[in-house]
Amino acid sequence: MRELGRAGLIATGLALFTALIVALPVVSVVTLALRPVPGLWQDLMQYVLPRTLRDTSILLAGVGTLTVLLGASTAWLIAAHDFPGRRLLLWLLPLPLAIPTYIAAYVYVDLFEPLGPVHRLLLLWLPPRDAIGALPNLRSMLGAIFVISLVLYPYVYLSMQAMFQIRSAEFAEAARTLGAKSWTIFWRISLPMARPALAVGLALALLETLNDIGASEYLGVRTFTVSIFTVWLNHDSLPGAAQLACLALFAVAALVALERYGVRGRSFTLSAENPQVAARAPLRGAKAISALVVCLIPVVLGFLLPLAYLAYQTLQRALYAQLDGIASSLMYTVLFAGTATIGALILGLAVLTANRWWPGRLTRACTAISFTGYTFPGLVLALGLLAPLVAFDSFVHSLLTSAGLPSPGLLLIGSGFAVSIAYVIRFVAVASGFFRTAYARIPKDYDDGARMSGASQFTTMWRVHMPLLRPALLSAAVIVFVDCLKELPATLLLRPLNVETLSTSIYQYASRGSFEDGALAALLIVAASVVPVIFLTRLSDVPTRSE
Amino acid sequence: MNLLRPAAAAALTVALISPAIDGAMSRAAAQSGEVNVYSYRETKLIQPLFDTFTAETGIKVNVISASSGLEQRVKAEGENSPADVLMTVDIGRIDEAVRAGITQPIKSAVADAAVPAQYRDPDGHWYGLSKRARVFYVSRDRVQQTALTYDELADPKWKGKICIRSGQHIYNNALFAAAIAHLGEAKAEEWLRGVKANLAQKPSGGDRETARDVAAGKCDIGIGNTYYWALMKNNDPSKKDWADATRVVLPTFEGGGTHVNLTAVLLAKHAPNRANGVKLIEWLLGEKAQQIYADVNYEYPVRPGVAVNPTIAGYGELKVDSLPVAEIGKHRKAASQLVDKVGFDN
Repeated sequence: MRELGRAGLIATGLALFTALIVALPVVSVVTLALRPVPGLWQDLMQYVLPRTLRDTSILLAGVGTLTVLLGASTAWLIAAHDFPGRRLLLWLLPLPLAIPTYIAAYVYVDLFEPLGPVHRLLLLWLPPRDAIGALPNLRSMLGAIFVISLVLYPYVYLSMQAMFQIRSAEFAEAARTLGAKSWTIFWRISLPMARPALAVGLALALLETLNDIGASEYLGVRTFTVSIFTVWLNHDSLPGAAQLACLALFAVAALVALERYGVRGRSFTLSAENPQVAARAPLRGAKAISALVVCLIPVVLGFLLPLAYLAYQTLQRALYAQLDGIASSLMYTVLFAGTATIGALILGLAVLTANRWWPGRLTRACTAISFTGYTFPGLVLALGLLAPLVAFDSFVHSLLTSAGLPSPGLLLIGSGFAVSIAYVIRFVAVASGFFRTAYARIPKDYDDGARMSGASQFTTMWRVHMPLLRPALLSAAVIVFVDCLKELPATLLLRPLNVETLSTSIYQYASRGSFEDGALAALLIVAASVVPVIFLTRLSDVPTRSE
Repeated sequence: MNLLRPAAAAALTVALISPAIDGAMSRAAAQSGEVNVYSYRETKLIQPLFDTFTAETGIKVNVISASSGLEQRVKAEGENSPADVLMTVDIGRIDEAVRAGITQPIKSAVADAAVPAQYRDPDGHWYGLSKRARVFYVSRDRVQQTALTYDELADPKWKGKICIRSGQHIYNNALFAAAIAHLGEAKAEEWLRGVKANLAQKPSGGDRETARDVAAGKCDIGIGNTYYWALMKNNDPSKKDWADATRVVLPTFEGGGTHVNLTAVLLAKHAPNRANGVKLIEWLLGEKAQQIYADVNYEYPVRPGVAVNPTIAGYGELKVDSLPVAEIGKHRKAASQLVDKVGFDN
């Protein structure tokens, strides 16, 4: 075992703290699930689960395939090539993440359903009956796979792009000198080496899909999460819902195993000679145009089209008049999301740093636990979090009042801090996942070398690890921040009186059936996402050596 | 929790002895002129009402709205909960809140006088605030019938002609529960299988999409709530076509009336501003508030004598089904299981 230096000690302390807070809601959901619910499972096994499991599997398989196709191809093009428009695409490609899945579903249904703009366009050429027949049916399994993938592929894109940048260096160049084509390098070298990153991005996209309720229900797909909510709300059985949620944990365990499989045997790390970035291959002519088109497809469909629709609705409905009222929502949103992003990144880094300096069962367990927050649907997590939060608040209340001091009321829930805590618990998994793959690429020799030459653990981290962790850090920051901006169910349940965020504002309109009136709030979520995305992609895009 | 009780008692003593501290305590401070509302209604819908209430009484209204889980939040918050008034939008939710033990009797003669017995709790735990009926949007061109029943949705003559959102949505859940109350479980199952067989497409979307599907010719009868149609007709120019292509029919159960769901108010068990809460509830049931409710939200006011909005009145006379609310609540779980059993959403 390595000796425990100061950085390792602090990191281990933080890792234990992370495991503790993430475990709180999970334990409280599991406890709830222990209550017997007579008759529930018989019913579920007979009528619900076969169908639900089938639909969920098809949805996950479809979304998995499409997000990998879109995410991996664009990440490879951007990370390993230079072509006109690349700089613009660099910050456009992650942005579909800023469109909440249910908003994407509403937009697409509205555009492509009968009587919508596409239908009207077709009527110019086709007789009415044929025009209706020519429209795609988006309220279907295929529609759901298409719409969800369009806004979730950035998980795969961001995680792989961070990997491709650093990873491909040595081998890619060796291959190139040996005369390998770009395509061959992708298949034979970059993709296999980026498999751990692919696994992380894919796991995140699939968990997000699994926990989605708005888009699935609207598009008529009966996912597992839809069943959880039915059992809770229509059978009045929260314990039953908790049992289903715990069953989902098994599905998730399978996903994690898949991810492990992705990482398995991938212990080869960067050569100690040059852990730098490979020169990007310049593309010209038809190749440059194809690259541009491949990258533009997801950007246009997943981002620009919904964006244009939201902008049109905002103008059409003169929603800019809401701007005054919505300013405070924007402020709360950025405040909650900003706090949570910093928290999640620090804790995620701490968990993996503890693993690095003090690898062992304890720190491995902390890492595993840090992933569980992402495995429950947001609302189930929030419900599980209620009891621990209130217990803490009551403790503070009684402590202060018994000391004769004024009570702050419910400290965490009343102040909105509960919302940020929920975000951290939910999204620390993103940070952990990204840091894990990034750390795995840094050879242990580096640490030993640095330590032997007298550097402290802090110095080693700062001077050796940080530069190599940077792309992963920045990608994780973007994902966590944007995920927090659009998070809805936990925000709805845990926010204080009189507080609205952008996503709860959209919900106010959507729940009465006119989500278009929430277009301005949706645009502001996008706007709030664009700023960090531009800033961070600029930082993360390492210039090639030729530049 | 045993530790908390003496602590709370100590807090109370301190608060009573020293008024200086009183002012600093948020719960106590709230008592001067605030009321806290936990709502399943969207804030945007009820804000105009609360603004008027504040203007008239000087009592500030603080609101949080959510889609589900508020009962659990109030329950978890326990004695420290700031919640005074709970507003729900569905029969099932009313029941759930009362059974969760998070409410107290309102005991108001004013409210009793304002609300007919059918729309309030005999024990005074809740009062109905407004009604919405679950009705049919039928095609103006293709459906000539002016009177329809829920029962005939299962008639094979409508094969491939019916559109509806998910059978597990709370609106349909309450409707199907009412069907069970009327027909008994066995007959209701047969009925639901018949409806399923008549569907033009897999249940999906919302009530607005249902109107759109009828307007586009995908089906002839759509099932939706009364206010959605009025909102499309009057408030959203881009959806006016959908309303114009359809007509609202108020269906009835054979031997019964039209299925109606309630929005309701309840008083939280540990309401820190109980007096203000009761005042708000009484005000919401007053003529002025009921009129605002009817006109802004296009719902049927619960208070007799308050005019319904002209668009809603245009649907024809509403003959409300006489099933007691509690009776519908009782069958919700069975209705949900039935939907699963007949594979309604598949």
